[in-house]
Amino acid sequence: MNEKKKDLTLSIPKEEIMQPGHLACQGCGASLAMRYALKALGRNVILDIPACCWAVIDGPFPYSATGVPIYHTAFETAAAVASGISNGLRSVGKSGATIMAWAGDGGTFDIGIQALSGAAERNDDIIYTVYDNEAYMNTGIQRSSATPHGAWTTTTPVKHFKKGEKKDLDSIMVAHGIPYMATASISHPEDLIKKYQKAAKIRGTKFLHVYAPCPTGWKSDPAMTVKVAKLAVETNVFPIYEVENGNYRINIKPSKRKEVKEYLSMQGRFKHLTEEDVKYIQENIDRKWDTLLKKEQYFSSKEK
Amino acid sequence: MKQVMNGDFAASYGAMSALVKYVAAYPITPQTLVVEKLSELVADGEMDAVFSKVESEHSAMAACIGAEAAGIRTFTATSSQGLLLMCEVLHWAARGRLPIVLANVNRAVAPGWSIWADAQDSISQRDTGWMQVYAEDNQEVYDSIIMAYKIAESPDVLLPMMINLDAFFLSHTSEVVDLIDKKDIEKFLPPYEPKFKLNPSEPHAFNALTSPDHYFELTYKMHLAMEKAKKRITEVGVEFEKMFGRRYGLTESYRIEDADTVLVTFGTIAGTAKETVDLLRKEGKKVGNLKIRVFRPFPQEEVCEALKNAKKVIVVDRDYSYGFEGAFFTEVKSALYNKGVMKPLYGMMAGIGGRDVSTGTLKEIVAKAEGEDPKNPYFIGVKL
Ligand SMILES: Cc1ncc(C[n+]2csc(CCOP(=O)(O)OP(=O)(O)O)c2C)c(N)n1
Ligand SMILES: [Mg+2]
Repeated sequence: MNEKKKDLTLSIPKEEIMQPGHLACQGCGASLAMRYALKALGRNVILDIPACCWAVIDGPFPYSATGVPIYHTAFETAAAVASGISNGLRSVGKSGATIMAWAGDGGTFDIGIQALSGAAERNDDIIYTVYDNEAYMNTGIQRSSATPHGAWTTTTPVKHFKKGEKKDLDSIMVAHGIPYMATASISHPEDLIKKYQKAAKIRGTKFLHVYAPCPTGWKSDPAMTVKVAKLAVETNVFPIYEVENGNYRINIKPSKRKEVKEYLSMQGRFKHLTEEDVKYIQENIDRKWDTLLKKEQYFSSKEK
Repeated sequence: MKQVMNGDFAASYGAMSALVKYVAAYPITPQTLVVEKLSELVADGEMDAVFSKVESEHSAMAACIGAEAAGIRTFTATSSQGLLLMCEVLHWAARGRLPIVLANVNRAVAPGWSIWADAQDSISQRDTGWMQVYAEDNQEVYDSIIMAYKIAESPDVLLPMMINLDAFFLSHTSEVVDLIDKKDIEKFLPPYEPKFKLNPSEPHAFNALTSPDHYFELTYKMHLAMEKAKKRITEVGVEFEKMFGRRYGLTESYRIEDADTVLVTFGTIAGTAKETVDLLRKEGKKVGNLKIRVFRPFPQEEVCEALKNAKKVIVVDRDYSYGFEGAFFTEVKSALYNKGVMKPLYGMMAGIGGRDVSTGTLKEIVAKAEGEDPKNPYFIGVKL
């Protein structure tokens, strides 16, 4: 009860660490994600960013919009470089700053998963963020293993749209036994900020999966980015939950989940889907939500 | 303090003596002993450092990059397939101007699987922007790693350095190595204090998107740094000799002053070559040896100076640039051409995949050059 009250009074920190002048497209969810994450973490942060849209968004040499140190690095190395920064500073007793890898879904679900798994298994003291726009956007909207069933991308053209489910990386990360795994969305900044603040206090590997719509790649209205993200939560397309030391907690439970159709219809990448396709997608969402509820039921700490 | 140890342990002790703070590494034969020794030294508290046994060589180099960018002195070691896996991140380290030091045990590249001595691994990483040293014995492995930090961390160099040692001939062969006391190291090697590092109270973005307006200059600055590195390698070598009595330069000449025929060799073959020179001299043949110790930056002036009086030059390569010739041979030839020095040159491929290069092999090589006009490359001892 008390905690609930605290939730309601939590406000978003006023200070803007990320500055205007960055190179994101209009309505970029990933830029909002960084803005909120930095509000939560403050300035005592070191970031490393692999190849992804964010390698561009921060600005070309000699500009940087982010206001904290950034190390740009190779596509598949986000987790390993963060491990090195964290362990290196520890070797001279200079731990203290939050070391955060900040990568796209391609750099995380695909090419970077080995380094991520390694860092998580060693439980290196880092926050790993994947901002998930469900495709390789930097290189022009190619499918990743985070691309959902049904989506158009340039490598899954309309006639051959993506078949098969989005990789359940959250469960893979939970299976590593890391102290903290959480999903968050740019449509729910208070929840997102709270999670970053919590992650910063935990030692070990923290994995944050942040939903970040991409109007350019999703063929959605740039003015509707937050709305699209919100619908993803309200339809259970992207459940907001956290797993702390193995204990599941669903942070946002839609009182009545909306139809996925509403979410899909706002995005050109799904416009080719037939009613039957949509039905299939809806069934999958409901089945997965059910599984998540069961996980929460069976694996949650007593004190709530 | 003198101790008997193999080349792998010499590399580990080199890193410890150089006061390395962070090691990230992944095991591969015949480098495994380097990793095992380091993890033991760190676990026992003998070495004040953090050791990460990461999940791949790729992540080993990436983690070193992260730590080094945060201003921490780092070390890693690998061999063959491991070095090849690192390729992309080797470039990141060099263009990122991070003075990381890596010990590479020169081992043949698959397929077929081979764990034996061969420099194909490091030669194929020639253009990654790393300085490359080839050691002849275990003492040189140890000393080179210590000197490497002083050279690489020089503010006007800031390039990573790879110390190469031959698989088994050094990695698993025990020799006496004279270890340097910590208090003497501290006099020789200043702490690593880069001007720019990852620091929240002074935020910078590193390696950002670079337009054609700037990229070219960054490459040019690498060129300047490599040029400067040649001077630093010599200077640091002189300083090292003053303090510790052992001398290392870019190259090492052996009985070449009056030599008609000069062998050009690197790694352990250089040791065998010196012995061969002595044997041939006894037979009345005026032969000498030029050991190329530093391959990048390539010591073109020193090579030309050393070879200027030779009538014939024979370069022995334990590596091959497919479709042309041995890499050392190419470099020696172009260095001579650049300085307008023309003479018969013989490119001899020998010892590939760890095949033994004995004094007999080298004698055969010299005899071949005496009897024939050059038709390069020669493959010595091929059985078909
Ligand atoms: C080794 C390597 N392979 C391919 C690329 C090309 N590349 C750069 S960014 C990118 C896609 C990034 O996708 P994601 O991680 O989802 O980030 P986003 O661009 O969507 O923000 C690719 C394929 C690269 N830089 N490095
Ligand atoms: Mg993406």
